[in-house]
Amino acid sequence: MAHLNPTPVLEPGQDRTMILNMGPQHPSTHGVLRVLLEIDGETVVRMMPDIGYLHTGIEKTCEAKFYQQVVPLTDRIDYLCPLTNNLCYVLAVEKLLGLEIPPKAQWLRVLLNELTRINSHLVWLGTHALDIGAMTVFLYCFREREEILKIFEMVSGQRMMTSYFRVGGIALEPPLGFFDRVRDFAGYFPEKVDEYENLLTGNPIWMMRTKGVARMTAEDAIALGATGPTLRGSGVDIDLRRDMPYSSYEKFQFKVPISQEGDVFARYMCRVQELRESIGIVRQALDGMPEGPIKADAPGVVLPDREKMKTQMESLIYHFKIITEGFAVPVGEVYQAVESPRGEMGYYIVSDGTAKPYRVHMRSACFANLQTLPTMCEGRLLADVVAAIGSIDIVLGEIDR
Amino acid sequence: MPLAPAITDLDQLKNHPAVARVVGWKPEAVTGVKFDRDEMTIFVDRAYIREACIALKDDPACPFNFLSDVTCVDWYPAEPRFEVVYHLLSIPKKERVRLKVHLNSASPAIESITSVWPGANYFEREVFDLFGVRFTGHPYLRRILMPEDWEGHPLRKDYPVEGYR
Repeated sequence: MAHLNPTPVLEPGQDRTMILNMGPQHPSTHGVLRVLLEIDGETVVRMMPDIGYLHTGIEKTCEAKFYQQVVPLTDRIDYLCPLTNNLCYVLAVEKLLGLEIPPKAQWLRVLLNELTRINSHLVWLGTHALDIGAMTVFLYCFREREEILKIFEMVSGQRMMTSYFRVGGIALEPPLGFFDRVRDFAGYFPEKVDEYENLLTGNPIWMMRTKGVARMTAEDAIALGATGPTLRGSGVDIDLRRDMPYSSYEKFQFKVPISQEGDVFARYMCRVQELRESIGIVRQALDGMPEGPIKADAPGVVLPDREKMKTQMESLIYHFKIITEGFAVPVGEVYQAVESPRGEMGYYIVSDGTAKPYRVHMRSACFANLQTLPTMCEGRLLADVVAAIGSIDIVLGEIDR
Repeated sequence: MPLAPAITDLDQLKNHPAVARVVGWKPEAVTGVKFDRDEMTIFVDRAYIREACIALKDDPACPFNFLSDVTCVDWYPAEPRFEVVYHLLSIPKKERVRLKVHLNSASPAIESITSVWPGANYFEREVFDLFGVRFTGHPYLRRILMPEDWEGHPLRKDYPVEGYR
C-alpha cells in the first residue's frame, strides 16, 4: 500500500518536471482548495492537496455553546446539506440524553433530508458538468434546486442555513400547503432527471471525459477512508441509511445504487440514480406521514409551545431555564453517523454532565474523500484532475470546519 | 426511555466480536472496556494500538476493515491528559467499535496507524495540528488546518476560545 502514502513536499529542480499551483482561487476547485501538482508535460507525476483556507474552528466554538446553540453552527459546516448536519447533531445529542422522538418528527426529518440530498446532488451535477464543459446542465439543475430552496424557506424561513431540527424534535409544524408543494415537486422531478441524463449519460463527449478517468479500486477506496458515492462507485455496497438505519429509515424502501468501474462515470451514475431513489423516499414519506406531536415529551430539554408558555407558569419556567442555562446532558460519549450526500458524516460528542458539550468532533466525509485524489490523479493527464475533483463532490466548508 | 447504566465488566462483554478478538489476541493490551448507549469502547494500552488495529482488521469472523475516524479529547488538567479515539467500522458485519488510548501530557506521542489504513493520514495530521499529539512513523506529520507558523494547539482546553490577542 506504499503508493497510497503521500509524498513529502514537492520540490522543483528535477529536470523534466515543473510544479503547478492550482488554486486556492481556481474556479474548478469548488471553493478554496489548493492543489500542488508536479507535472511532466501534461502528465501529473505527483499531487498534494493543501487545505485549511476555510478553517473557522467550529469544533472549538461548539465547546463554548449550550447544546441547543450548536445547531446553527452545524449548518455552516456544509452549506449544501445543512439539514443532514442538523440531523446528525441532534441524533447524537438525543442518543446522549436517551430521548425518544415521535414518529411524525422522524418522518419529516427523513423527508427533508432526502430533499437536501437532491439539492446537494443538483449543485454537484451542475458544477461538475460545468467544470467538464457542459454548460446547459448547470442551468437546468439550478432551476430545480431553486424550488427546493423555496420549500426550505417555506418550512424554516431560510433558504440555506435552515437550523430546522431541534434536540427532541423539530422547530415548528410545517406550514399549510407545504406537503402539496413537496408533492408537486416529487411529481415532476423524475422527468427532470431524465432531462439531465439525456444531456449527459449517452453524450460521447461526456463519456470520453469521464469513462476510465480517475479510476480507484475498492481496496484503495476502503483503505483511504472514502465513503458515500465515492466508495459505492468502486463497487462497495454500503449505505448507512440501509445498513445502520437511523430516524426510521428502516421503514422506507429504496435501492442503493452501486457501480463497479470506480471511475468518474461510475460515481456520476451512482449519484444520478440516487436522485431517483431519494425522490422515491420523499414520496413514501409524504404518503405515510404519521400524525401526532413533532416534539418529544421532555419538558426540561424541549422548548414548550408559545401558547403554553404564555398561559402556564411551569412552561414559562422551563422556557426560561432552557434559554438561560441550557439543559444538562448525562456524562457519556456517542458517535452518531448518518449518510450525507457525500458519505459518512459523523458526530462524536463527549459530555461531562454540564449544559455545554465537552468536545464535539465532526467526522467529515469530504475530509477523508479528499485523500483519494492523489490515487485517482497520479499518472493521468492534467485535464482529468478537474474531472476527479468534481467527481468526489467536495465542500471545503466541511473539510476545513 | 431511561438510560441503561454503562457496563464496564470485561466478563460480561466477552461476546462482542471486537472484545473477543482483542482479548483473544493479547489480553494485556486491553486496559478496560465500556458498553454504553449501544456503543462499545475498548481501552487499549498505548504500546499496542497499531497491532490491535491490525488484529481487528484481520479478524476472520468480523473484520473491522474501515477506519471511520481518529480524534482526540483533552481532559486538562487531569492526567492522563489526552485520549486518542479511533472509530472502526466493519463493512461486512455492520459493527462499530471505538478504541481509546490514554496519553500523558509530558510526551503525548503514539504510534501512527497510517501503515494499517493510509486514510488515517489526514486524521492524524488534524489531531497533531489541533492537539499537539505526535504520531511516530507518520509519513508527513505537518499542520493541516492551521497555518504552518501557528503557535499552540487550538483544541487544547488551556487554549482560549477567542485565541490569544
